[in-house]
Amino acid sequence: MRRRVIAGVGEGWWALLGTFGLTRARWRELPRIARRAVKAVLWLVVGLLLIAFLGVWEWSALAIAAVVLVLVVPDYGRITVRGRRVGRFIVPAAVLVLAATYPFYASSQGDVSPSMPQLPIFGPVPQMSTMVGMAVFSIMALGLNFVVGYAGLLDLGYVAFYAMGSYTAGWFASSQFSKQNVYFGAIGVTPGLTGFHFSIWLVLLMAGIATAVIGILIGLPTLRLRGDYLAIVTLGFGEILPQIARNGDNLFGTGFNLTNGTGGITPIDPPGFGSWLHHHVGLPANFLTLGTNSDRAFFWCALILVLLTIFASSRLRDSRLGRAWIAIREDEVAAAAMGVPLMRTKTWAYATGAFFGGVAGAYYASYVSGAFPDSFFFQISVFILCMVILGGMGNIWGVIFGACFLTYLNLEGLSNIGGWLNNHFGPGGSDFELWHKTLDVPEYAYGIYGLILVIVMLFRPEGLIPSSRRAAEFHEGVHDQPLYDAAA
Amino acid sequence: MFIGITLATHAHTEAQIRARRDYGKYILPVIASLLVLALVFWLAKNIQIDGTAYFINIAFIGLTNGALYALIALGYTLVYGILELINFAHGDVFMLGGMFSATMILSVFHLKAGASTGSLIGAILGSLVVAMAACGLLNATIERIAYRPLRGAPRLAPLITAIGMSFILEDIAIAWKGPGYTAVPSVLPHGELFSISGVTYTWEKFIVVLITLPVLLLLVWLVQKTRQGKAMRATAQDRDAAAMMGIDVNRTISFTFLIAGGLAGTGGLVYALYFGQIRYDTGFQLGLIAFTAAVLGGIGNLPGAVLGALLIGFIQAFNEGLTWHSPGSDWTESIVFSILILILVFRPQGLLGERTPEGA
Repeated sequence: MRRRVIAGVGEGWWALLGTFGLTRARWRELPRIARRAVKAVLWLVVGLLLIAFLGVWEWSALAIAAVVLVLVVPDYGRITVRGRRVGRFIVPAAVLVLAATYPFYASSQGDVSPSMPQLPIFGPVPQMSTMVGMAVFSIMALGLNFVVGYAGLLDLGYVAFYAMGSYTAGWFASSQFSKQNVYFGAIGVTPGLTGFHFSIWLVLLMAGIATAVIGILIGLPTLRLRGDYLAIVTLGFGEILPQIARNGDNLFGTGFNLTNGTGGITPIDPPGFGSWLHHHVGLPANFLTLGTNSDRAFFWCALILVLLTIFASSRLRDSRLGRAWIAIREDEVAAAAMGVPLMRTKTWAYATGAFFGGVAGAYYASYVSGAFPDSFFFQISVFILCMVILGGMGNIWGVIFGACFLTYLNLEGLSNIGGWLNNHFGPGGSDFELWHKTLDVPEYAYGIYGLILVIVMLFRPEGLIPSSRRAAEFHEGVHDQPLYDAAA
Repeated sequence: MFIGITLATHAHTEAQIRARRDYGKYILPVIASLLVLALVFWLAKNIQIDGTAYFINIAFIGLTNGALYALIALGYTLVYGILELINFAHGDVFMLGGMFSATMILSVFHLKAGASTGSLIGAILGSLVVAMAACGLLNATIERIAYRPLRGAPRLAPLITAIGMSFILEDIAIAWKGPGYTAVPSVLPHGELFSISGVTYTWEKFIVVLITLPVLLLLVWLVQKTRQGKAMRATAQDRDAAAMMGIDVNRTISFTFLIAGGLAGTGGLVYALYFGQIRYDTGFQLGLIAFTAAVLGGIGNLPGAVLGALLIGFIQAFNEGLTWHSPGSDWTESIVFSILILILVFRPQGLLGERTPEGA
């Protein structure tokens, strides 16, 4: 049915263009770069017109359009230097530069810069705090991508790793354990404060490793289960760990306060580089003393973590281990027959994914200065899963796009959209009154993510920016009968 | 089969490996029986401390919860039996069933606490029919929209759409009833059915069983005796072969979803009447508990779902009601999910063990 709909829309479109003399055959004869240029220019013109007439126009919109044009149109992938395809790094590098300089052109004094244009409905460009969230969730989504995208295991309890990372930061960088008094390079802690106070950079690593160990512990007994059972078991762990966090202020009636219960562990020490690096290299000594600029420091550090994650993702994907993951995803029985150790390979995927979830959780905990049990709902797991699926399972850039877009929606976009809708169609709306009670759009956030899941799975299961291999699997089908069934 | 392949290359002799394997065979039953022994000891100690009457009263609560869980667990097990799909949205269909019932009781029948018996019976039956029909149609629609187009896709694809549907249903409930609790007046009579030496069984608990039991019997009759039930069993056993025998597989699957939805609607009504309040996220929690019950009994197995549901109901009631070293309601979810994980890891076929609803 839906294929026929899509085909019908395509036919109609070409029939319309044909009346203007542009038939499909003629279009195909044009050189590739020209076709790309025409498409990009058309889209950009539509976008600019929308901004000009429905949004808030600034001349910087033209500059943005020019940058997009330069990035999208030429086929950089073909550029080679002495036989090496260095061209494929051009677009990611440019995007990285654009992201890293974002605080300079898009924000002023911690707020959104007034010289940036505003899209209709979506409103202004993201604030710095949202950018930090985007970076952190990119790390998490890339971590989940190891499990879901590469190894093809559905993990519905990824939030457990996020929680584990946050609480590791809580344990080793705050005053939670008042009987201890251990300092190791912590920044901005009043001397004499009790508890473990490790340097936050060390804590990130510790959180990653601790979470990976938890991942292995969860994975060892459960990873031999078939896909849907595994999903449910991970969901179970994702519910148990937060409950331990909620009830952990008096574990087993012993009075041992592990997690401080519903109050959560707060404050967590801020990151920073200490006074020596501050005086000699100029790095900030303590992020929190930067005032309105602290978000920038958090953002740049998160960006470096994202880079490390991307590096690990792409290197691992092409490694022996990564190829084993993909082999298992495509055909478990064949992979086993070829000598791929199923359990070990899956456990590594799980541990790697958990590692990055833990790092991201710890970093976010230090950003919001606390680890709270309320932030570890099942919904977050599905939220992160939605990023991976929307962007494109198994494709690093797709996953990052999904993470950025959905985090933006979650933190800013939905409330902007809600405000726009209410202004135009809400009570006393400027266009006409469609509903008479203010619509709280962010309240429906998870239904919107659910809708995204359903629509993507039905119409474009490979995601918006697919990896070609994954797309082929969805369209040609796979032998994903689990070994568990095949052997039985 | 694969153990056989590794045998040939391994340095161990076959006898050694068999000896080790035989050894391992006993570990699991031993641990399981130790756990059961500890459980029995814990129960006995509690009976000794709280008295038998109190214990039986708690057990009645467990029975009532179990009956409710059975209704929902059967929906999971029916769908899983026929499609091998965990219908993640099922719990939310149940929740919407509760919402339908609440609307019927509040706005259509205007039932208040202490209504006459005749109007009570009429209202409950009317709400039951409406909730069953609405939820059945809803569930069948969900199948048509979100699962049927993905029949040939990788098996995780429909699970992902099921999760999506679950979220969408929750938001429909928010849009309809708001994010807070919808209160249903306690219309059920609270009087005692009988009270013998401290053991009391109240009418409201009895009515839950009274609604549940006929529905269960009807389901057994339907699956066991009717032509449609035979088609369901055949489709569950082998979809291709069933199609070759002239069974309309898609229609049978739709029918199964309709039945499962009807059970969820019944569960929703029972929940709304018995607990008196319902919220958009009620279905998620209860759905997971009911799914655990289905897995515990052996997913795809109808009596197994009822057995598992009763067991989970008792476990929950004892955990929350008993006083001697019981973890308490803070830990109910953790206990239920631990059971789920342990069962899936060590005995994925569940207690009763079949994968098809043939044994119904």
